[in-house]
Amino acid sequence: MSENKKIGSTYSIPIGPVHPALKEPILFTFKMNGELVEEVDFAPGECHRGIEWMGMRRNPVQIVHLTDRICGICGVSHSLAFARAVEQIAEIEVPERAHYVRTIIAEYERLQSHLLWAGVAAHELGFDTLFFLAWRVREESMDVIEYLTGNRVNYGIVQVGGVRRDFTEDQFPRIEASLKYYEDVAGKLLNLFLEDRTIQMRCKNTGVMSEKEALELCTVGPTARASGLAMDVRYDSPYAAYGDLDFTPVLPHQYLGLTNGDVYDRIVVRLLEVVQSVDLIRQCLENMPSGEVLWEKKYPKILAACKKATGEAVGRIEAPRGECLHYVRMDGNTNPQCWKVKASTYSNQMSWLNMLKGEQIADIPIVVASIDPCMSCTDRVAVVHGERTDILTKADLHRLSVEKTRRLAQWS
Amino acid sequence: MRLTKAFNRSLWVFHLNTGSCNGCDIEIVATLTPRYDPERFGIKLVGSPKHADVLLVSGPVTRLMVDRVRRVYEQMADPKVVMGIGSCMSGGVFYDSYSLAGPLEEIIPVDVFVPGCPPRPEAIIDGVVKAIAKLERLEGEGK
Ligand code: SF4
Repeated sequence: MSENKKIGSTYSIPIGPVHPALKEPILFTFKMNGELVEEVDFAPGECHRGIEWMGMRRNPVQIVHLTDRICGICGVSHSLAFARAVEQIAEIEVPERAHYVRTIIAEYERLQSHLLWAGVAAHELGFDTLFFLAWRVREESMDVIEYLTGNRVNYGIVQVGGVRRDFTEDQFPRIEASLKYYEDVAGKLLNLFLEDRTIQMRCKNTGVMSEKEALELCTVGPTARASGLAMDVRYDSPYAAYGDLDFTPVLPHQYLGLTNGDVYDRIVVRLLEVVQSVDLIRQCLENMPSGEVLWEKKYPKILAACKKATGEAVGRIEAPRGECLHYVRMDGNTNPQCWKVKASTYSNQMSWLNMLKGEQIADIPIVVASIDPCMSCTDRVAVVHGERTDILTKADLHRLSVEKTRRLAQWS
Repeated sequence: MRLTKAFNRSLWVFHLNTGSCNGCDIEIVATLTPRYDPERFGIKLVGSPKHADVLLVSGPVTRLMVDRVRRVYEQMADPKVVMGIGSCMSGGVFYDSYSLAGPLEEIIPVDVFVPGCPPRPEAIIDGVVKAIAKLERLEGEGK
C-alpha cells in the first residue's frame, strides 16, 4: 500500500493520518535514504475540535467538563490546570481536603496512563504478550478510578473551587488493596520490561536525545527526565497536595547508574513513576485532612465569583506526559475572555525530528510512541501546509517493526 | 461464536479515530485486552479497512477527517457494518464547534450507535453483538 516517490537517491514515505501505530490521526512525511530516515516532517491538526473557541462561549463550571474531553487519558490534568487558573483569578480558596483528593486522582491517572503507554510500547515492538499484561494490570487502576469517581474515563471530578465528590473512609481499604496490588506487580513489570533481551536490543541506543537537545527543544515530563533533565512541575512548583509529599523527580540514572536518553530510558522513567505514584497516593491517604471538599456547593455562587473576577492567570501542572499549562483571562463575564491550552505533547513533539534522524524505518513506531504523544491534547491550532498525500502504510509499518524484532532475536 | 450459518467468518474490526478525545479509543482497546477478551469469539482489530467487516468510528468527525472517513468506508468489502462509538459522534460536548463536519450519520451510513462518553467496554461488546446480528441478516439476504 505504500508508494515511494523517488527524489534522487532519497524517497519519501507519507504515513498517516490513519495508521495503526498511532491511535490518533497525524500525518508524517519521512525522507528516506535506503533504510535510514534522513528528514522528518509532520502535520498534526486532524484532531482539532476548536475547544478553546467553544470554551470562550461557556462558563467555567461548564468548561471543566469540556477540559476533561480535551484528552480522555489525561483529562484530570487539564481540568486541574484550568481550575487552578480560574481559582487564582477569582481568588477562590480550595479546601485542604480537596487538594488531597485531586492529588490522589491525578496520581491514579498517571498510573493508568503510564501502564497504557508501556503496553503500547510493547505492542509497537511486536511483544503483544507484554502489551496484554500491561493493560491487564492497568485495569486495576481503572476499577479504582471508577469506584472513586463513577466513571472509568473522563471522571469529571474536578470543579472550580474543589472537587465534586469526596472519598469516604470506607473507600480507603479498596484504594489500599490496589496499592498493594501494584507494589506486588511492580517488580514483575520492571523485570519483564527492563531485563528482557528483545526490549533491550530494540530500545537501547534507539531514538537518542541528549540532555542538551532535550533542553533546547523544550521537552517536558518523562521525555525530558529520560534525557537527564530533573524537571517536574510537581516538584519544582508544587500545586495541590504535592508540597506536603516527600518525593524527587525520577531520573534514569537512579536505576541504571547512567543516562543515555534513549527509548529504553523512557521506559525506565515511566515504570519508576508508576512505583512513585503508588507511594504518593499512600502518603496522601496517610495525611488526608478532614473537612469540606468544595469551596461552595452552590454552582450559581461559584459562577457569581467567576463573574466578578477580572485578571489573568496560568495553571501549570504535571500531566502524565509532562507540563500542561492553561492560560485564562477573565474580564467580568461568566465566560473567559481568553483561554489557551498548551498540552505536553506540544512541547515534546519537536523532539521527533531529532530522534528519528538516522533511525531505520522499522524503528519509527517505537520512537514515535516513546514520547507518549497525544494529538487530541495538542491539536489546538491546525497548522496545515504543503501538499497532502494520503497513503496508508497501516499494518506494513507494524509488520516491519515486528520483523526487526524477530531478526535481532535470531542474530544474537 | 457462530449464531447461524449465514455469517461464517470471524468478525474483524477496523478502528478509525476522527478527532476523538481518546477516551473512546482507549476504551475500544481496553475492550480487546484480556479482561474482556472478545478475541475468543474471533473479534479482533485489523490494520486495514480492506480486511474488516466492522468499522468502529469514534470522535466527532473533524473537517480534515471527512474525506478519510468516506474513503475508509469505501475501501471496506461488503457486507459491512458501521458502528459509531461515543456520544460526541453527534456533537456531544463539542456541539457548537466550528471545525466539525459531523454528525457521522450524515457522512456514511451508521448501523449501530453506542452512546456514552465514553461507553464502557461492556457496552461496546454489546454493540458488536448487534453488529453481528446485522451482518448475518445482510449475508442471509445475499448482500
Ligand atoms: S464520546 Fe466522549 S469519551 Fe468518546 S471521544 Fe467523544 S468526548 Fe471523548
